Amino acid sequence: MADNTDAMAEIRASFFTECEELLESLQDGLDAVWNETSDEETINVIFRAVHSVKGGAGAFGLTQLVDFAHRYETALDEVRAGKLVPEGEVLKLFFRAADILSDLLQAAKEDGELDPATFEEVLSGLAALAGGEEEEEEALDFQPLILDIGDETPQLAELPGELPPGLPPLSGPAEGEGDAQGDSGGHIYFAAEKELFLNGNEPLYLFRALADLTELTSRCNMDDLPDLSDLDPAVCHLSWDLTTGADIDAAAVAEVFEFVEGLCTFRHRLPEPELPELPALPELPVLPGAPDTAVGAGADGEPGVAPAPDAGAPPQASDAPAPKLSTDQDAKAPAAPKAGAQKPAPAKPNPTIRVDLERVDRLVNLVGELVINQAMLSQSVTEVDMPPNAAITKGLDEFMQLTRSLQDSVMRIRAQPVKALFQRMGRIVREVATEVNKNVLLKTEGETTEVDKTVIERLADPLTHMIRNAVDHGLESTEARLAAGKPERGTVTLTAGHRSGRVVIEISDDGAGINRPKVRQIAIDKKLIEETAELSDSDIDMLLFMPGFSTASEVSNLSGRGVGMDVVKTAIQALGGRVSITSTPGQGTCFSISLPLTLAVLDGMVVEAAGQALVLPLNVIEETMTVEAAMLGEMGRETQVLRIREGFAPLLDLGTEMGFRTPLESYLDHVALLIAHEDGSRSALVVDRIVDQRQVVIKGLQNTFGQIPGVAAATILGDGQIALILDPLDITMNASGRTRQPSLSLAG
Amino acid sequence: MTDQTTQAPHNHVELLSFRVGEQDYAADIMSVREIRGWTRATPLPHSPAFVRGVINIRGTVLPVLDLADRLGLPQPDEGGRNVIIVVEIGDEPVGLLVEAVSDILSVATGELTPPPDIAADQGRTFVRALTIVNDQMIRVLDLPAVLPDVRFEAA
Repeated sequence: MADNTDAMAEIRASFFTECEELLESLQDGLDAVWNETSDEETINVIFRAVHSVKGGAGAFGLTQLVDFAHRYETALDEVRAGKLVPEGEVLKLFFRAADILSDLLQAAKEDGELDPATFEEVLSGLAALAGGEEEEEEALDFQPLILDIGDETPQLAELPGELPPGLPPLSGPAEGEGDAQGDSGGHIYFAAEKELFLNGNEPLYLFRALADLTELTSRCNMDDLPDLSDLDPAVCHLSWDLTTGADIDAAAVAEVFEFVEGLCTFRHRLPEPELPELPALPELPVLPGAPDTAVGAGADGEPGVAPAPDAGAPPQASDAPAPKLSTDQDAKAPAAPKAGAQKPAPAKPNPTIRVDLERVDRLVNLVGELVINQAMLSQSVTEVDMPPNAAITKGLDEFMQLTRSLQDSVMRIRAQPVKALFQRMGRIVREVATEVNKNVLLKTEGETTEVDKTVIERLADPLTHMIRNAVDHGLESTEARLAAGKPERGTVTLTAGHRSGRVVIEISDDGAGINRPKVRQIAIDKKLIEETAELSDSDIDMLLFMPGFSTASEVSNLSGRGVGMDVVKTAIQALGGRVSITSTPGQGTCFSISLPLTLAVLDGMVVEAAGQALVLPLNVIEETMTVEAAMLGEMGRETQVLRIREGFAPLLDLGTEMGFRTPLESYLDHVALLIAHEDGSRSALVVDRIVDQRQVVIKGLQNTFGQIPGVAAATILGDGQIALILDPLDITMNASGRTRQPSLSLAG
Repeated sequence: MTDQTTQAPHNHVELLSFRVGEQDYAADIMSVREIRGWTRATPLPHSPAFVRGVINIRGTVLPVLDLADRLGLPQPDEGGRNVIIVVEIGDEPVGLLVEAVSDILSVATGELTPPPDIAADQGRTFVRALTIVNDQMIRVLDLPAVLPDVRFEAA
């Protein structure tokens, strides 16, 4: 056991990773049913997901999880059997059960258990759905066979007594599901190897899946069963002869067995007049028992696949690669739900690998260093004053391009689809909807949009809050909706998409829209604005984001959790994002979050002010211009404005605002950068000159000095010097605006 | 980094001594990561005067404090102070700008005496202990106290 501890921990970790994927497909399936886009396969996918979780959990002795998954599975089986229709309350129960399953997994991951009281209700609900069938199902269950991978020795002592009673029913249900087909059908010989069970597969479910496709007769071959004293409980001594209907082709059969490929001896003969005598294998070769040999259908497994050369169509062993190629031990469980999911030839998923995030981050950092280094190199080459078209300049250009695409590719590794995040929101919607008694549908679009992992992680909280708000405050009560002639079921739409180099996530509802007079009144009551303030509609909408604004009169236990929208806004701004609101009375509200694709690099403009190189994010700079006398206008004692075509923008000296210098005598011939604000207004930031426009690697500033106003991060320039990356919006908002030396007193 | 086995034997501490504002100071050598020459720092806006800015040390942004300024000592000419001691305070590396690094001293813990109470002395709070080596008084820095207070407010 001691040797296996690490391996166990790894397998355990990969189990939980797989469970996340399984839960995802479970959630997908339930969503499909909920949105009425499901087909007959959907329920099988759902069932298999739950089943695989159960199988894996059994291997790790997570009894609470196994028990729950089992009840869930039993209820789902009723649906598969057509005895239960997944709609209304039943479906809601399934959703809640999926949520609990996810909670249980989370608890198990942290070596804990959930308080049974928290899911008692769901459990009894599921039991009620399963009805009288439950007992029978229980008897058929294969739990005794699920082995603790890393620890076989104690099992030897425990198992022999259990194994024989556990096994015989195997052939039972399969036999019951198909009538004898005589000799007109195909024949399959199937013998499971130890590893098949280690990976949480069960022959019964394979046979069932096969039975769904065709008529199936099965015969359990017990000839190899040794005496009890010789019995190795870790090895399955049984094999099966299956007779299929004539209506099935080899590909479909191979698909069913695709995920146990390499873990069993499998021969398939297409329908023939005669059933040839299939000799049972005398002794199955048992692969070395170390858990890491149990990896998938790769090299280890290949010898086990025995496509008889004379079979009409060999199983698609070679051209149907396992969908996941894993660097670590990868039990087959996650693949299982996909096995029978797509009857038509499935679009092959791209092979993927799992990599430790630390390695990726290290790679990202290294590439960041490379980019800096490359910039330094370019700079020194420029200083040498090479003739144009010199080989070195050309080579350097290519080097630059390569570095850039290398960086892009590396950044893409960290990118992840927002799907998982959106699915979490589905749960939030259901929970909140239940609590406030509203009927809500969550529509998601653009789930495949990829965003940096860190962005996704840090987006979860603000998004949760916004979703809660949308359901709780955004949507009207059911009565109000009906009165307004709207469908009873409210819709919250969550969309993600790329828009001009940024990721835009929108949360919209089809509720009543923002009650602007009320918002305005609250803001006045809370003394956030003057009673006489003239506010446009969008100004009023933005009041929601003001600190201290909470629509107290409607605080419920859902949204009034002390997290105001200002916190949401701050969290999103910390990610380099922005939030905006559009709302149409009677039609709904839409919150739009715009985020940078990555937090690691930034397209920036390198400028110089007061002798310091500073970087401004390119995306907030609307325009650059040289300051001319005709554009300048004095305003007040210390401030000036810049006239830009028809409008005015306050003139801000970057050097002064950063505290590097006192205002200059004249800003003529300096460069003004027009900074666009979210509300459409602009300010002009004056710098001494523009140095460069380039991609910079973002380096975090330590918080040794707390948050420095106006400074977002730092970067390293080509000469190895650090330049600060500024947050122009922060600067302009907190600006002193001083651009003139007061005539009488010295500026301090 | 902080390998326990390199601790000096017999309850000794090893100290890195250095000169700041014509006084001798020292810091526990276990906190010192490296010593490097002065490079131009990028100033941080709106920061206290003793924060000289940030420098690039192999891709990491390192804040640099002017120790003389921080301790309220007279600041010699720019040319006189050209060594940055990179110390780790808490988990964060910080550069301390000093005039010169003098020596590595092994001092028995018993010979470290807490500084006397002198209410008026502004520098007192930065000194953790005093000791005498070769007839010279060495002030052992209380490193966390050297960091600006804002860090603790923000943490």
